[in-house]
Amino acid sequence: MSSVETRDVDVLDLGELGHHAGDAEQTELLTINLGPHHPATHGVLRLYTTLEGEVIRDIKPIIGYVHTGIEKTAEDKSYWKVIPVVERMDYLAYYFNAHAFCGAVETLLELEVPKRAQYLRVIHLELNRIQSHLVWLGTSALDVGAMSLLFYCFRERENCLDLFEMSSGQRMHTRYIQVGGVMEDIPVGFAEKAKAFTKRMRNSADDYHALLSKNEIFLNRMRNVTPLDEQTLLDLGVTGPLLRAAGNPWDLRKAQPYSSYEDFDFKIPVGTKGDNWDRYAVRMAEIYESCDIIDQALDGLPEGAHIADDRKVVLPPRHELATSMEALIHHFKLVTEGFRVPPGEAYYPIESPRGELGCFVRSDGSSKPARVHMREPSFVNLQAIGPMVTDSYIADLIATLAMLDPILGGIDR
Amino acid sequence: MEIVRSGPVDPADFRARGIRARDALRGNLEDDALEQYVTERVMTTTLDKALNWARGNAIFPATFGLACCAIEMMTIVAGRMDVARFGAEAFRGSPRQSDLMIISGRISIKMAPIVRRVYDQMLEPKWAIAMGACSSSMGIFNNYSLVPADKFLPVDVHVPGCPPRPEALMHGILKLRSMIQDDPKLGWRDRYEARGTEELVGDPRQAPAAVNVFQPEDHRA
Amino acid sequence: MPDATGLELLAGELRDADADTVLGTLYFRDKGAIDVAPSRIREVLRFLKGKGYTFLASVHGLDYYPEEPRLGVQYELLDMSSVDRLTVRLRVPVDAPNVPSVTPEWPTADHQEREVWDMFGVVFDGHPDPRRILMPEDYEGHPQRRDFPVGGEPVLFTYHQAQGTDYTLGVDPPHEGSSTPA
Repeated sequence: MSSVETRDVDVLDLGELGHHAGDAEQTELLTINLGPHHPATHGVLRLYTTLEGEVIRDIKPIIGYVHTGIEKTAEDKSYWKVIPVVERMDYLAYYFNAHAFCGAVETLLELEVPKRAQYLRVIHLELNRIQSHLVWLGTSALDVGAMSLLFYCFRERENCLDLFEMSSGQRMHTRYIQVGGVMEDIPVGFAEKAKAFTKRMRNSADDYHALLSKNEIFLNRMRNVTPLDEQTLLDLGVTGPLLRAAGNPWDLRKAQPYSSYEDFDFKIPVGTKGDNWDRYAVRMAEIYESCDIIDQALDGLPEGAHIADDRKVVLPPRHELATSMEALIHHFKLVTEGFRVPPGEAYYPIESPRGELGCFVRSDGSSKPARVHMREPSFVNLQAIGPMVTDSYIADLIATLAMLDPILGGIDR
Repeated sequence: MEIVRSGPVDPADFRARGIRARDALRGNLEDDALEQYVTERVMTTTLDKALNWARGNAIFPATFGLACCAIEMMTIVAGRMDVARFGAEAFRGSPRQSDLMIISGRISIKMAPIVRRVYDQMLEPKWAIAMGACSSSMGIFNNYSLVPADKFLPVDVHVPGCPPRPEALMHGILKLRSMIQDDPKLGWRDRYEARGTEELVGDPRQAPAAVNVFQPEDHRA
Repeated sequence: MPDATGLELLAGELRDADADTVLGTLYFRDKGAIDVAPSRIREVLRFLKGKGYTFLASVHGLDYYPEEPRLGVQYELLDMSSVDRLTVRLRVPVDAPNVPSVTPEWPTADHQEREVWDMFGVVFDGHPDPRRILMPEDYEGHPQRRDFPVGGEPVLFTYHQAQGTDYTLGVDPPHEGSSTPA
């Protein structure tokens, strides 16, 4: 028998005190604006949010703040000149924009791209994918609070941009992919430097994993935060790493291979739950896979031309202009008027770092396209922000927006 | 290890300087010796110049990334082209705390009033760099939806390029820095002779939609 | 892609379901396209969903100026299990640009139909939020129509500017060299 007096104590129910996300105890709704000028929205995105306390009840993305009329400008220019215009759409995946457009035009022209050019395109596309994921990782980690990753990721990105500068002379918006192939063959030393880059990139990606993947704060912010199931994502038209994070292994590089992707052996990382953690893990794994693809492409790079032979479409090499009259005439016609494309419509989809990037080109037989439309993955993926963040906290909104990886240049075009 | 002496020192000179230093410490210097001491050791300058020197070396840019140029703007913060060497790495989220607006990217007609409003919220002295071809002159997109920055706000430095290399943007920032440090007339109203162009919006407290506007009278209770 | 015969079979089934739905088929560059009557678009997409085309990849508009009917809307469908793509096209004239909205069944069409309305002026009946998406709310005109001018303004070079802060005074009229050439 205890000598301590026991009495009934009212058990303090902490559940009564805490307001869970989703309990509608307060009914006052506050409507605020996040953006368009905001440090954490990736670009000029305006989120019209209705809040109840810290919980988001309704969200409407308002876009159009960097609408540049790219598609309208593209109707005004000859096909060759559309390439730099269209490249500036999704400004982190510039090779992909150019490739989608060139692919659509090549479909209309029924132009065969030589094997070496396809491999070179793949190398640069995968390098661009790595670069895009690095910027995504750096800025997302910055949003979540891990600021040092920004510097590490941009350090690797500088090496990647060095490779771009080596092959085309420009860091961003390189105009490297042209109709019929690529602009120039890669210089001597590119292959070694690219191999060294992929080796270093794998080590750096291991470092980033070591920094983030077991970090308790990062895990708390990412695990089980704003999951969205696969069927809702498919209904909303979402593709890319978001869909793969939810478990659907849809990747156009494997499903509808283009530009010799069927020659390479790589895996598609797929998540299970579709929460923020899976989105992060899928993109990190994609970096490793891209390194593999680049290595395989460099090892198996075939000899050959770097651009198609058809002089009616492709500029002749410069040394011929001094000796051949036909080359001079072709060059003149191509630069002043441009090549004519037979009338028709084509839609060419590729797998960009954000999802299915499709380019629709309608030609009316003249030297300027009659309609260029880019089916941009960020534009369609942004519709998923509503179902994702409704009934979760604002902090989760910021993390989810980072994991969604929207690029406003592509959304607004 | 070898110790190299810079040459024979005249012992009389050395002794004289030692005595003068002792006098300076004791506060015993007079007239010429005092003046020489002061000119040797103390920097004299005007307050303006000192302020300009400080302002130029501690520019706080506002995060105003619009499009592709924003990525290159982020690159100058990163390790290779380190803008922290020049004191400008502290990008502020709030326009109230920043001096410099780097308009990096294309300004659409929907965004222009917002750019202007953010620029207005910045406190004097403030500067603007139009980075890239699109903000200076619409770049390659000369069409219905873009507006050059010069049309609605005064730009101090234009940095060409599409996008400009980080070194180019650095050059622009350094040019701005030398402009700040040399030009005593700060404030764009002086530079562009625009005194008298201020727009007064009236008392915000009278506006019907103004909520929670701080009333000084409320505080005395 | 369904090959040419598969496309004809599909079109045949659609015609059997409803007589004047299908206006034509086109098999071009290994891809099939079905032209349908605008008012029947929801039924067509529902039918195709039943056939396996469960993913609506893209809804985009175009202007066929000067051919009539001018405005076109295209729906890119994707069958993920058998990796097939199919295009459904429809055309409406400018004076009656009404198309039933497919957003209730295909939520992905939400923003994309708003963009077609914004850029071309095609009115989607039944759309939950028919507002402009890319242009400012009070903008007049539909910019991507072919008869809408590209716009733009003469670039203000230094030698065009007058002294002073008013950048519109003393600007030379745009000479031929200042607009972007083709």
